[in-house]
Amino acid sequence: MALPDVGTPILDVAAAEGSRDQHMVLNMGPQHPSTHGVLRLVLEIDGEIVVRLYPEIGYLHTGIEKTCEAKFYQQVVPLTDRVDYLGPMNNNLAYSLAVEKLLELEIPAKAQWLRVLLSELTRINSHLIWLGTHAMDIGALTVFLYTFREREDLLRIFEMVSGQRMMTSYIRPGGLALEPPLGFFERVQDFITGFPEKIDEYSNLLTGNPIFVNRLKGIGLLSGEDALALGVTGPVMRASGIDFDVRRDMPYSSYEKFQFNVPVSHDCDVWARYVCRLEEMRQSVMICQQALDGMPEGPIRADAPKIILPDREAMKTQMEALIHHFKIVTEGFPVPAGEVYQSIESGHGQVGYYIVSDGGPKPYRVHMRYPSFADLQALETMCQGRLLADVVAVIGSIDIVLGEIDR
Amino acid sequence: MPESKPTLTGKGAVLEGLPDHPAILAIQGWNSEAITDAKFDRGELALTISKDQIRGACAALTAGGYNAFQDVTAVDWFPSVPRFQVVYHACSHKFKDVVRLKVLVDEGDASVDSITPVWPGANYYEREVFDLFGIRFEGHPNLRRIMMPDDWKGYPLRKDYPVEGYR
Repeated sequence: MALPDVGTPILDVAAAEGSRDQHMVLNMGPQHPSTHGVLRLVLEIDGEIVVRLYPEIGYLHTGIEKTCEAKFYQQVVPLTDRVDYLGPMNNNLAYSLAVEKLLELEIPAKAQWLRVLLSELTRINSHLIWLGTHAMDIGALTVFLYTFREREDLLRIFEMVSGQRMMTSYIRPGGLALEPPLGFFERVQDFITGFPEKIDEYSNLLTGNPIFVNRLKGIGLLSGEDALALGVTGPVMRASGIDFDVRRDMPYSSYEKFQFNVPVSHDCDVWARYVCRLEEMRQSVMICQQALDGMPEGPIRADAPKIILPDREAMKTQMEALIHHFKIVTEGFPVPAGEVYQSIESGHGQVGYYIVSDGGPKPYRVHMRYPSFADLQALETMCQGRLLADVVAVIGSIDIVLGEIDR
Repeated sequence: MPESKPTLTGKGAVLEGLPDHPAILAIQGWNSEAITDAKFDRGELALTISKDQIRGACAALTAGGYNAFQDVTAVDWFPSVPRFQVVYHACSHKFKDVVRLKVLVDEGDASVDSITPVWPGANYYEREVFDLFGIRFEGHPNLRRIMMPDDWKGYPLRKDYPVEGYR
């Protein structure tokens, strides 16, 4: 039987290593509801057992890293939103921290705490999408509607603070874009007061549900050693028993002042990842509460008029502010030569921004290390020798976002 | 923000200034000739490794406590010679630290030993560098384009490749 034409190189590898007569090559995606975007998998199956699995990516490659090299430092911020489109604030934060490290800028306490607050809300947002779509892949459609209800509240909070629901560009090198509006903190307080009950609600729907539990337990096993070797980070790594969280162990943006637990599980399966992420949402609520309670007073931007755009009011009344505004917009600001690497913990895992500056107003090189890219490498390890139907559950459990894989 | 630490430039200054840094100890203990240059800047340590030693240096680093592989990427310093700089990041959960290794690669012989045998996680990252910079990784199990189509001509992240318009 002739094999389907799904790209010769992969098929060559598949055909050379397995017997063509016994194994079937199956194409999954890129248009497949459970691949969360445009992931294409070429599966070599023996009956219902997955023998090999080759992810094919690049369908969403937009060359963001190349585009960054042609933009001023402040113009890169909106591009970072579009990388991991479920956690824009975390991307802004990682980029801003890296640029601030290059500039050696001191960020005021209030900006740092607001960054923590927004970063945690973003994490909840990201986990809500994961939970909804993961449960939907397994067949529990209801949860999706529940999680999107809460996500809507979060998007309204983001809209309130930044004017945008998804592509926020709110955290910028030097501080934050705007002062949070009146009623913002009350709105966040309302959300985090009610949210733990909502987590219980999801848990009620799923944790005791025998169909859900049986589809998840003992599936997609990934040992701690494999997780480290394959570069897996974040909740997937912690569900494999590796106790490491950038927020706690290499703190940034005053995370060292917050008290929280890092959930770790030693079960190494899809179920463990579900449990870890649910607990992470509860911990995020705690961090948000601490951030609200102890929110310091003060400015939200660093004192660096040559780097940060002035207030509109100042720009219209002071000549110096007007000059700075004109200079920043037309010429950008020079950044001292050097190279930095900044890691943060996003909803999916460890995000790293590697920025090289040659002393000019545009970054010489921006490299984005995103966790889903590494997680995808572990997919074959997790699926090999298991049932084809489990592949969908495993993809859901690593919470991939194709935007951050292809960049 | 941590206090600004002094910048140390050059192998001698870094070895003297950071005598008990675990990454330096690990690599120096394995092969004292492997490090050709070093820099400690903004609290980050960057070690330049001679090109044929990188795989061994990564293995030594893993044995020395840098257990979590992070990243492989490259920087194109066109028109300098050597043109490319391949950059590796490794994180240590024990020391709570990230170290950067660099290898300088010339355009004429744009290839370097693959570190995938040491860190399997480098597989996709090396494919990405191959795809976008055209640097070959010797000993890589599956060195194919990953982002661009298989029949693509040119290497988009090179500096002589235009950002807009036709190639």
